[in-house]
Amino acid sequence: MLKVENLNVSFETRRGIVNVIENLNFTVEPGRTLGIVGESGSGKSVTSLAIMGLLPPNARVTSGRILLGDKDLLRASESEMQEIRGGRLAMIFQDPMTSLNPSFTVGFQLEEAMRVHGVKGNLRERAIEMLKLVGIPDPALRLSSYPHQLSGGMSQRVMIAMAIACSPEFLIADEPTTALDVTIQAQILALLKKVQKERNMGLILITHDIGVVAQMADDILVMYAGHAMEMGPKEEVIHRPRHPYTKALLASLPASHAQSGFRTRLPTISGLVPDLLNRPTGCQLHPRCEYANENCKAQMPSIHHVGGSLVKCHRPLEPAGGHA
Amino acid sequence: MNTSSAVSSNITTDNEAPIATPSAFGEFWYFFSRNRGAVIGLAIVVTFTLIGLAAPWIAPYDPSLIHDNALVLPPFWSEGSHPNFWLGTDDVGRDLLSRLIYGARVSMIVGFMVVVVSLSIGTLLGLIAGYVGGWVDTIVMRAVDILMSLPSILLAIVVVTVLGQNLMNAILAVSVTVIPGFVRLVRAQVMVEKNKQYVVASRSFGAGSLRQIFINILPNCMAPVIVQGTLGFSDGILNVAALGFLGLGAQPPTAEWGTMLSDARSFIESAPWLVTLPGLCILILVLGFNLLGDGLRDALDPRLKK
Repeated sequence: MLKVENLNVSFETRRGIVNVIENLNFTVEPGRTLGIVGESGSGKSVTSLAIMGLLPPNARVTSGRILLGDKDLLRASESEMQEIRGGRLAMIFQDPMTSLNPSFTVGFQLEEAMRVHGVKGNLRERAIEMLKLVGIPDPALRLSSYPHQLSGGMSQRVMIAMAIACSPEFLIADEPTTALDVTIQAQILALLKKVQKERNMGLILITHDIGVVAQMADDILVMYAGHAMEMGPKEEVIHRPRHPYTKALLASLPASHAQSGFRTRLPTISGLVPDLLNRPTGCQLHPRCEYANENCKAQMPSIHHVGGSLVKCHRPLEPAGGHA
Repeated sequence: MNTSSAVSSNITTDNEAPIATPSAFGEFWYFFSRNRGAVIGLAIVVTFTLIGLAAPWIAPYDPSLIHDNALVLPPFWSEGSHPNFWLGTDDVGRDLLSRLIYGARVSMIVGFMVVVVSLSIGTLLGLIAGYVGGWVDTIVMRAVDILMSLPSILLAIVVVTVLGQNLMNAILAVSVTVIPGFVRLVRAQVMVEKNKQYVVASRSFGAGSLRQIFINILPNCMAPVIVQGTLGFSDGILNVAALGFLGLGAQPPTAEWGTMLSDARSFIESAPWLVTLPGLCILILVLGFNLLGDGLRDALDPRLKK
């Protein structure tokens, strides 16, 4: 079980200290997929880097715990983290084309990923096996390819092979398909789902595309400005969104828009993500929320159960769309 | 029918057959061989290397052998030359051709050692400074700044004076003056590479710092280092020859071009070939390395292609 408890991350910048993540809580069970959705700058990637212990040097975890089983990753030593990275936790990144070392062959890097974790035996054999598993044709031949000879989709398959080579318990996929075109995107997501099922891995899928999450996730966490806005099982969040922000995200999906006919403008969420140095008072969303009232401006809502979800809102929506 | 099935099999996305990309060396050679200067440079360097390697077999005499009866003979194109001494003899009767051939051997070794010493130390310091950063970086780079603020030949003279005057110390002295270039180059390269995605990705697979530095970062910094190394050869040869000319490098009777120049300078009017020929050798070899280095840079740096 991977459990993030009360996580706070801040960055030191020239303009001052920015709290990028505030009081974040979530849990991922083995074999389940948590989809984290949010706009750019909502803290999705920082969350994943914090879990991996790969935050940039100017970032600090000010409080909280990240528990992998009963091990607190925030208090683990660097050598313990090296064991855990790639061993029990693995991650794949947004741009597969730049995620592989351009100077070495795919085979070398794949074998290297296993060698780091002390895998013994015929590594070449295992590398071929891994490439076959992620659906790369001619795996034996591909081992001697250089990254620049691979397409984006192929590179991402190699990355997935490297990530699961040591059978991690949890895989974090940070926008794994954003840099790929749509047909490849579907293939990669299907592949992720397949390997997750086969190996009973926990998957954290980070994306700004709520459509992808609706297709892939068991649970959904909606983030905004470093806060969890809504969290719950997929059916609840997608079909009965309680938070105005979740509802607005869903409404701006081209697919859901299509049902209402093409003649109208695609709805958008007006306004911008708040400047994290000068956070708004009260609810972080209130400047952009059509339901906001005086209370929303004054007081930060606490996260509480509404229906089947956890919602951070003073005025959660009724499933029909009205107010409680 | 056949054509349509061929077309449809071509469309299967993401599973395309290996693209026939030329090997890295093939691509490099394509760009390199189209640069005439670079090819000439390579030919010069290869020629001198072979001459240096084969010196004991192709040199007509031992370079230190004194022919009492053949002092200051002119080369073959002048009046009074001797068929046994093609390029003439020097003031004590040593065969100039043999001395030049052995001099090639000395110069190639000198260049090689200067590059090996300065490149390995410079690269290591640059890697550490660039990767670790912080106060380590500050200390290394300020030391480099100090080295660079001194004229290199002056610095070399100081080092030789402290260590003693011989060829080995001249090589060390010149290496010290070449190190800063490598440190700066590698450090800059490391700072670019260490923030690239694949370095973060490799950390996410559990790679530690040593693996990070030597497997991920170093190989991707090598292209400019190779170029700088080639140019370092010519720096090394030139500076060691200069030290030799000042009497601080190779000591007589070693057949070293700079020392030969120095020994012959009093005969510049009576026997000009004694000065000209070693000087020409230095010029041609240094020119060869510079052409080669420029050619390598053009072929290895993607920004300069086309």
